[in-house]
Amino acid sequence: MSTDRQQALFGYALRLGDTSLVLGHRLSEWCGHAPELEEDIALTNVALDLVGHARLLLSYAGEIEGKGRDEDRLAYRRDVFDYRNHLLAEQPNRDFGHTIVRQFLHDSWAVELYGRLAASADPTLAGIAAKAVKEVRYHVRHSADWLIRLGDGTDVSRARVADALERLWSYTGEMFERDAAEDTLVAAGIAPDPAELRTAWNTRVAAVLEEATLDRPTDGWMQKGGRRGEHSEHLGYLLAEMQFLPRAYPDAVW
Amino acid sequence: MYTQGLDSKTEHGTQPPPRLVTAEDNRFQERVDAEEKIEPRDWMPEGYRRTLVRQISQHAHSEIVGMLPEGNWITRAPSLRRKVALLAKVQDEGGHGLYLYSAAETLGVSRDELVEQLLSGKAKYSSIFNYPTPTWADIGAIGWLVDGAAIMNQVPLCRCSYGPYARAMVRICREESFHQRQGYELMLALATGTAEQKRMAQDALNRWWWPALMMFGPSDDQSAHSAQNMAWKIKRFSNDELRQRFVDATVPQAEFLGLTIPDPDLRLDPESGHHRFGAIDWTEFNEILKGNGPCNRERIEARRKAWDEGAWVREAASAHAAKRAARALKKAG
Amino acid sequence: MAPPNTDRKDWPLFEIFIRPKNGLSHKHVGSLHAADARMALDNARDVYTRRGEGVSIWAVPAASIAASDPSEKASLFEPADDKIYRHPTFYDIPAAVKNI
Repeated sequence: MSTDRQQALFGYALRLGDTSLVLGHRLSEWCGHAPELEEDIALTNVALDLVGHARLLLSYAGEIEGKGRDEDRLAYRRDVFDYRNHLLAEQPNRDFGHTIVRQFLHDSWAVELYGRLAASADPTLAGIAAKAVKEVRYHVRHSADWLIRLGDGTDVSRARVADALERLWSYTGEMFERDAAEDTLVAAGIAPDPAELRTAWNTRVAAVLEEATLDRPTDGWMQKGGRRGEHSEHLGYLLAEMQFLPRAYPDAVW
Repeated sequence: MYTQGLDSKTEHGTQPPPRLVTAEDNRFQERVDAEEKIEPRDWMPEGYRRTLVRQISQHAHSEIVGMLPEGNWITRAPSLRRKVALLAKVQDEGGHGLYLYSAAETLGVSRDELVEQLLSGKAKYSSIFNYPTPTWADIGAIGWLVDGAAIMNQVPLCRCSYGPYARAMVRICREESFHQRQGYELMLALATGTAEQKRMAQDALNRWWWPALMMFGPSDDQSAHSAQNMAWKIKRFSNDELRQRFVDATVPQAEFLGLTIPDPDLRLDPESGHHRFGAIDWTEFNEILKGNGPCNRERIEARRKAWDEGAWVREAASAHAAKRAARALKKAG
Repeated sequence: MAPPNTDRKDWPLFEIFIRPKNGLSHKHVGSLHAADARMALDNARDVYTRRGEGVSIWAVPAASIAASDPSEKASLFEPADDKIYRHPTFYDIPAAVKNI
């Protein structure tokens, strides 16, 4: 494999892995604090799936890189500017409405991505995606159902998710960004074309928002930077918490 | 155990006045003696029902409150493997709480009522979850000692005379088998790790040992309800019996870890084969049950916050379901 | 269909039945709360099949279940105890007769 493509593949696996890890971490913050016991268990299931995907993707990224970094080395020993996750994933939970909107916007992208990635020319990515897509299909069912309930629920719930939608919308453009590295992967049949994902994403989001009786925000200025390591302030706190032990005891094995 | 508040004399003060034993009582006792299971709609003495509601709901509350001290470390678990294991474990506790609330509901009490009792501070839960988890080793100590103690108590409950409780316990014990192993494995990694890790492990054992012994509840001579609960086969072994079993099982495990149990009086009695241990500080136990433990207030506050902040979500889901049902009715009508 | 109940605060109770694998019947595993039937199915999936316990779920509103009364156990079920002619061993067939 050419160094360029290898570099691109490393970056790609890292971006998917980091996005899953950060979002899974956010969901795990709900464990023990959700609005109802059944939902506590459901959110944790999604969190477990996402951290599971992160482990596979980060392990693979470390393998491609070939410098001996494993999943934990990558997760626990990189600072903010080396993280490649989508900015959407690191946004705080705020309330259940924000969490559901964030999750739905992400899931609607992930389900299209993994569905196509399962046919990737890269057999490892294809394998990971084939496993992930089954789980992600359930995630999007769960988050879409909740968005519909909250949008078409009470006045209070409707106002809360409408606010969340407005607030998080500017983080959705980044998921469909395209750069030279990704072009290489698309050309090689390794990664799906982001434009294709966007079309499918738009269709699903429109349908669910309609059922939720919510208006689709207008596409204005989009926040960017996650894939270059330029993050919001939130990620630093998340990593400080997550990485505390391996950073405080660098020689320890847990 | 998770329901130790039940047999504490301090909670009730006096025993209920004796009442007339009826023919129905006798028939009921015969069924229980014959190891027949009692099912929800069967006739049962009011005291049996009341005891079960209290015991099962306290058990359920303990599972739910128990999610909090361990939940503290989900976002700080030091490896991704540890993170998923802990997350799955805390999730299981939530599931166990749910199974138990379901079992309690078969006795004619709603989950909302039970939750209300917990949040108002009226209901008790296990004293153990009012201790803090300041270090990562606490997660190991909880898995090893607290889950270890819980298993001692829960396995006999699988044969409890009340069918729904027994069935919930079968499910719980099946799922719980990985918890203690997870905790011990975690302790082993610390005990065989760096000097700092070993110190962390010993510190956690120092803090959790006595509270773990208190989980079994007051000594038999101080326990208010033991005899009746034994006769009803809600309880199969006495507090002291189970505590002794736990100590005998745990001492060699601590030795294997190279850790020291913080009890200068602990010694093996060669004649009986049992480990004799020092006196338990029951004052501390009673104070914690009364609400004066290091984390009592934080635990209930956290539960209340989750419940209150979730109110609009629960209401929205109900409102949406009602809208949908109304639409379907209109369409059909 | 019953009119929607809008005044209740808590989510209704559903009884959950799971088919462990094809070829076996659905079996009662417990209950849970959900705002609607679809949520009940999803919650059942998350609560009761975390360890691969099933391939199919039924969620039944607890209020819709008609149950027999335990006090009528004697009249409902004991009469079946002496109807031994319903069991194959009631009939004597000479050992020489095969395949019966």
